[in-house]
Amino acid sequence: MNRDAFVATQPRYARRKFFDRVMTGVMGAAALVTVVPLLLILFYLVRNGVGAINLDLFLLDPSAPGRGGGGARSALVGSLIMVGTATVIGTPIAIGCGIFLAEFGRNRAGTVLRFLVDVLAGIPSITVGLFIYGLMVLPVRKFTALAGAAALAIILIPILARITEEMLLLVPRSLREAAYALGAPRWMTVLRIVLPTALPGIMTGLMLALSRIAGEAAPLMFTALGNQFLNTDLLHAMDALPLRIFYFATGPYESWHQQAWAMSLVLVAFILFLSLGVRALVGSKVTIRQ
Amino acid sequence: MTSQQAPVETQTQDDRMTAPRREMFQVGESTDGASRDERRVSVAIDHVSAWYGAKRAVTDVSLEAYANSVTALIGPSGCGKSTLLRCINRMHEINVGARAEGSIRLEGADVYGADVDATRVRQRIGMVFQKPNPFPTMSIAENVAAGLRFMNIGSKSETQDRVEYALKASALWDEVKNDLNKPGMALSGGQQQRLCIARTIAVEPEVVLMDEPCSALDPVATLKIEDLMSELAKRYTIIIVTHNLQQAARVADYTGFMLMEESDGAGHLIEYSPTSDLFTQPKDKRTEDFITGRFG
Repeated sequence: MNRDAFVATQPRYARRKFFDRVMTGVMGAAALVTVVPLLLILFYLVRNGVGAINLDLFLLDPSAPGRGGGGARSALVGSLIMVGTATVIGTPIAIGCGIFLAEFGRNRAGTVLRFLVDVLAGIPSITVGLFIYGLMVLPVRKFTALAGAAALAIILIPILARITEEMLLLVPRSLREAAYALGAPRWMTVLRIVLPTALPGIMTGLMLALSRIAGEAAPLMFTALGNQFLNTDLLHAMDALPLRIFYFATGPYESWHQQAWAMSLVLVAFILFLSLGVRALVGSKVTIRQ
Repeated sequence: MTSQQAPVETQTQDDRMTAPRREMFQVGESTDGASRDERRVSVAIDHVSAWYGAKRAVTDVSLEAYANSVTALIGPSGCGKSTLLRCINRMHEINVGARAEGSIRLEGADVYGADVDATRVRQRIGMVFQKPNPFPTMSIAENVAAGLRFMNIGSKSETQDRVEYALKASALWDEVKNDLNKPGMALSGGQQQRLCIARTIAVEPEVVLMDEPCSALDPVATLKIEDLMSELAKRYTIIIVTHNLQQAARVADYTGFMLMEESDGAGHLIEYSPTSDLFTQPKDKRTEDFITGRFG
């Protein structure tokens, strides 16, 4: 053994090193390409939207076509109401489904159910809108915010149910055993130990699902329809940010385009702050063991 | 609680707490044969076999664990000692396909009786696990009170008293009394394990099972837990699984040696004796080989 045995002078070591550097570069470039669109989107949103953000946007309803001015109050309030209603309807169902999959789904029935949930998650959102249109709009011959919320809930449920399942399965088995060993029956173990331990993950999943449905326009077109006046009644047509963005962005007026950019910026910022807020809230209360 | 305590036993416990007993294989002073026979059987294991699905893990084990004493189960890895331990409080059956045969009696009552609820069994027979597993969402006090809350017993002040009692009994009170609302996960590994012991005894079980409770701990924390075991044996029946022979020699009054036999690939109880006898005059050649380090 001499020192030279460790000195990599042979060509194949040089080749290896070169290859190592090239591959690192390629992966790094791929990572960069992934985040560049996000940065560009944020850049365009801010550049085009920030100019049209003013108090009127939050305090006034959309003005009549061609009049200029006006705001997006009806859309903001409508989005909050419908996303909120969808969350209230969908979250208990989704978490219940997730618990079932995680706790009682380790068999054939569970496998089938899991597959169906995945299929539901993959159904195009416009199809969900049409389904609710047939189910809740045609029979009463009326567009309602409730129908819109139902369509959003159907999109939310499979996403949240699967995330809930995954998060529950991540809870260490040792914690369940600790609860059993203290004489806790299974349902109590799930409700008092497993679910609280998985809560940060489930909340993150809820944020993901909320971001998804808050930006959906397609399922609302045939259900909530949109409304240029402020409406807080679930049984009438209601506006929503994505709908208003769609109408304004495809409309002929420059002021509408401006406002569509501004509303997009508001929507993105809202989702961002919602996720950050919930994470801070949940993260401060609970630390999960690695 | 466990009031039938022979005077001679108390003497022994006190001696043991003060006697230097840290040398390798120095055996805890055992009581003489006569007083041993007077001991009250707490857990009677009778012809117990256990399976995981089709795989047999334990074959035909019978032994009696006495009240207010420490009983150790030793043996090489895979000899079924943990499985046997988990049969005692019916934790074995939470594994899918796991089952057990034979009879286990606690104070004469069949743990596997037809109308017996496993959760009630686990309230009377507590368990401490290999790795400390405090509930991460709970504070120190909440962790200790968890079992009480599961059972929905005790007023607020009662619960507080029990928490204090349990933390004192597990020698943790002085270290945490000002931090009761801090998360249990903030404690060190050894403290976490004592927290788990406090959590177990807060519900006033009659038996405390310990499944290699020190294997994840450093030597100092291990000694603290061992001291605690001797102390706890004054009130509870302690059954401990350990792969550490010195630990069995230090803490146990009785020791059972288990070994996997080639014939059925499952663990058998080779020998069960007072600890001093098992370590100084083993009856079985295999026991002797194991404790002298020839295998395992």
